[in-house]
Amino acid sequence: MSGLAESAAGAAARQSLWQRLDLKWAVIGVSVAIVAYFALVPLVFLFWQSFFTPQTATKAAEFTLDNYGKAYSSLETARLFINSLQFATGVAIFAFTVGTLLAWMNERTNTPFKALFFSLSIIPLVIPGILFVVAWIFLGSPKIGIINLVLQNWFGTKYVFVNVYSIWGMIWVEGLHYSPMAFLLMTAAFRSMDPAMEESAMMSGANILQVAWRITLKLSWPAIFATILILFVRSIESFEVPALLGLPVGIEVFTSSIYRAIHQYPSQIGLASSYAVTLLLITSVGVYFQSRLSSQGNKYSTMTGKGFRPRTIDLGRWRYAAAAVFFGYFLLIVVLPFLVLLWSSFQGFYSVPSMAALKNLTLDPYRFIFSYPTLAQSVWNSLILALGSATVIMLVTSVICWIVVKTKIPGRWLLDNLASLPMVFPGLVLGLSIMIFYLYFDVGVYGTIWIMFAAYITRFLPYGLRYNTTSMLQIHKELEESAQMSGASWATSFRRIILPLLKPGLLAGWIYIVIVSIRELAASILLYSPGTEVVSIVIWELWENGQYVELSALGVLFIIALFILVMLAQYVGKKFGIKEAR
Amino acid sequence: MLSVKALFTEYPNERGETVKAAQDVSFDVPEGKLFTLLGPSGCGKTTTLRSIAGLERPRSGEISIGERVVYSSGRNIFVAPNRRNFGMVFQSYAIWPHMSVFKNAAFPLEVASARVNRAEIDRKVMRVLGTVGLDHLASREATKLSGGQQQRLALARALTMEPKLLLLDEPLSNLDAKLRERMRFELKRLQRELRLTTVYVTHDQGEALALSHEIAVMNEGRIVQIGAPRDIYERPHNRFVADFVGSANFLEATVIGRDDRADIYQVQTAIGNLLAFAVEPLKPGDGVVISLRPEDTQLSAHRPDTLNAFEGVVEAKLFLGEFIEFQIKLGDMLMLARVHPSFSPQVGTKVYIGMNPEKCVAIPDDARHRKA
Repeated sequence: MSGLAESAAGAAARQSLWQRLDLKWAVIGVSVAIVAYFALVPLVFLFWQSFFTPQTATKAAEFTLDNYGKAYSSLETARLFINSLQFATGVAIFAFTVGTLLAWMNERTNTPFKALFFSLSIIPLVIPGILFVVAWIFLGSPKIGIINLVLQNWFGTKYVFVNVYSIWGMIWVEGLHYSPMAFLLMTAAFRSMDPAMEESAMMSGANILQVAWRITLKLSWPAIFATILILFVRSIESFEVPALLGLPVGIEVFTSSIYRAIHQYPSQIGLASSYAVTLLLITSVGVYFQSRLSSQGNKYSTMTGKGFRPRTIDLGRWRYAAAAVFFGYFLLIVVLPFLVLLWSSFQGFYSVPSMAALKNLTLDPYRFIFSYPTLAQSVWNSLILALGSATVIMLVTSVICWIVVKTKIPGRWLLDNLASLPMVFPGLVLGLSIMIFYLYFDVGVYGTIWIMFAAYITRFLPYGLRYNTTSMLQIHKELEESAQMSGASWATSFRRIILPLLKPGLLAGWIYIVIVSIRELAASILLYSPGTEVVSIVIWELWENGQYVELSALGVLFIIALFILVMLAQYVGKKFGIKEAR
Repeated sequence: MLSVKALFTEYPNERGETVKAAQDVSFDVPEGKLFTLLGPSGCGKTTTLRSIAGLERPRSGEISIGERVVYSSGRNIFVAPNRRNFGMVFQSYAIWPHMSVFKNAAFPLEVASARVNRAEIDRKVMRVLGTVGLDHLASREATKLSGGQQQRLALARALTMEPKLLLLDEPLSNLDAKLRERMRFELKRLQRELRLTTVYVTHDQGEALALSHEIAVMNEGRIVQIGAPRDIYERPHNRFVADFVGSANFLEATVIGRDDRADIYQVQTAIGNLLAFAVEPLKPGDGVVISLRPEDTQLSAHRPDTLNAFEGVVEAKLFLGEFIEFQIKLGDMLMLARVHPSFSPQVGTKVYIGMNPEKCVAIPDDARHRKA
């Protein structure tokens, strides 16, 4: 009798095991397949393509090492390399210095209005790179730049004071654009530091500057290094500044050369690929060091669970100067660029602000934009792509990061690295490799919106993973185990326990991906075709056509839309983030 | 009811070494009894509990509940935790912060394979919440509960599914001392009233002694003694148990011979000859360790007319409220004595320490065995 019951129980157990494995492994399998496909395929085909000659109507592509030969032997490449390095290093140092100074003032001093400043620090996010560059051309171009004209008026000379079309101009614009990122990263580093370390230096008799230099900065060393690396990688892979400011005056870096190689006839895809492989190597080294840094930062582990904020340093009368620095900075990165776009968007044709031009105010650019044939389609495309890729990425990475964080499945670290791999892809390189792949494997994707969908998913996969991982790490494993003990299957506990608890990270990541996808330009620019333009591509086309005022009108509308989106994100973050922050 | 046979688990740790988490762990828990796994951290008690729950898969052994085998390495049976129908209370309580109190407790019924209708769920959940005294908070957000209330909710959630077996993983360790004492009483009352077969894991010997019908003391992956709380406390089988459960003085001793009374032996120690109790028969010349609880000593200013009394000097004393702890120097030895505050000699004065032979437990000397 008992034997019978046991074997029945055994059979039931085996059957239930099969049922349990079924859905769980199906979901896991699909997620892993998606990640592997998107992360690996472009990389493989980029390498493959870099060994072939250009394909033309008369001649098929052949295997060759010439691309690398040409890329590595010419003096041109050496110049390219030096330009890229100079540009990226300059940007990293400039953005880091500005960002760190602001972060320190904001976190450690009694500068007035600093709370306001911190809440405004998210605003630069809403100005897409291309609009920021265009605005700075309006401000700092030698011929039409407002800054030059104003100064020339004052001093009565024809001297060109500032010129954004130069390596220093490029560093200035890109550095300003990336400084909010440096600010946020360094703020996080300063916040995680145990205040007792600085207070004990203070008690040992050190003054403000000694504490800041010898304790605060030295202790933040891993964060500093990581921040500079991120800034370096971001600027070496950036496209807008080199294309808009560098190309017209012949200052070429890797990204702009890749773009130029593709846009000549016949397209030098092989050459572009070999440049891209080189660029990929540089960014890989940067990302590798950065990930090693964050994984072994224990020596400097300054994280404490203490909730109290450090005593702020009294700057005395200097605090007004510090406040002035805040306002000046804000003027440079938000107010002036936006105002100059706003001004030009009300002009019939571009002219410098003056009393005379004030009389010519018109709504024509807006009328033009609203009747622009591809506008509605491009807005629709941007929305569909942003919402679609954000949703897919967040759902897929939630499964991926559950595997990585919560299970002991062997090889899960590989999955983690695979999903983070696209991090090393500059947008332009990613666009290039996806273009090559779907060009050669004709599955009906090339020339449709799906190819951009693939690019966006690949490009922003690492962001989704990071947001989800942060959230997932905070979910105690017993919360899931207790669901299991309550009789819930894997699918039920994932849907009813894990996903709801992941909500803060899911939402934050989703909104972030929506915003960055809407702004995306570098990958889209190689992949769009008539009918699949996105908003940032329309802006690019307007610029190419010299339709500056129309571009400004679209830019103003674009910035306002992004601003609303960011405010919505802030609101959602506050509403859902705090309640479940435990 | 619950039967665990020859459970064996090992896994690699971070450095790649193999950790034998549980070795040859076997025990039975009769229906309606509370069984405790007691031991220091890393002794394998949690691994054993998680193996019973199904959250970990052991290397070998067999676990069955009544007639139903839930794990057997020999027959390749492993029932998934969500199909075992065991209630479990976790150390962190694992209360889901995105659900109300009611929702938390109702979850097991909502996900049950046999559909339960709404009215039935309502009735069952409210009854269980009533049992743990949370019915008036049913609609509250779970995160708004105090620590003690969260603990009760975790218990309620484990009870709504009417489990065959209740597993408790250090359920009281996150509470403050006062609340812990109160919950001890409540847990005991509930378990006895509902007659739930329960496995309880703790490192707190006080909890184990207070709650259990039976205790298994574990060390380095093995069960070193199983017995009723009083047996464990008063008749430890070895030095580890005597040391871990309560505190104890240890005296190395050699058996001289049997006394006239049953189970009492005369032994020779560094402080002199004394009478001691032993469960296992001893023969002259055996090396043993005498274990004596500090509270089983009597201190007096004058030599008492009992056996096992020695003269010593007060080396140090600690006033602890309910009692005073003395370190008494006997020759080269320091003995710990715990007495009522009414007797309080000064440091440096001469005192007599008396030991009841029944309380001087002779246990095999593990240390000396190991050397041999």
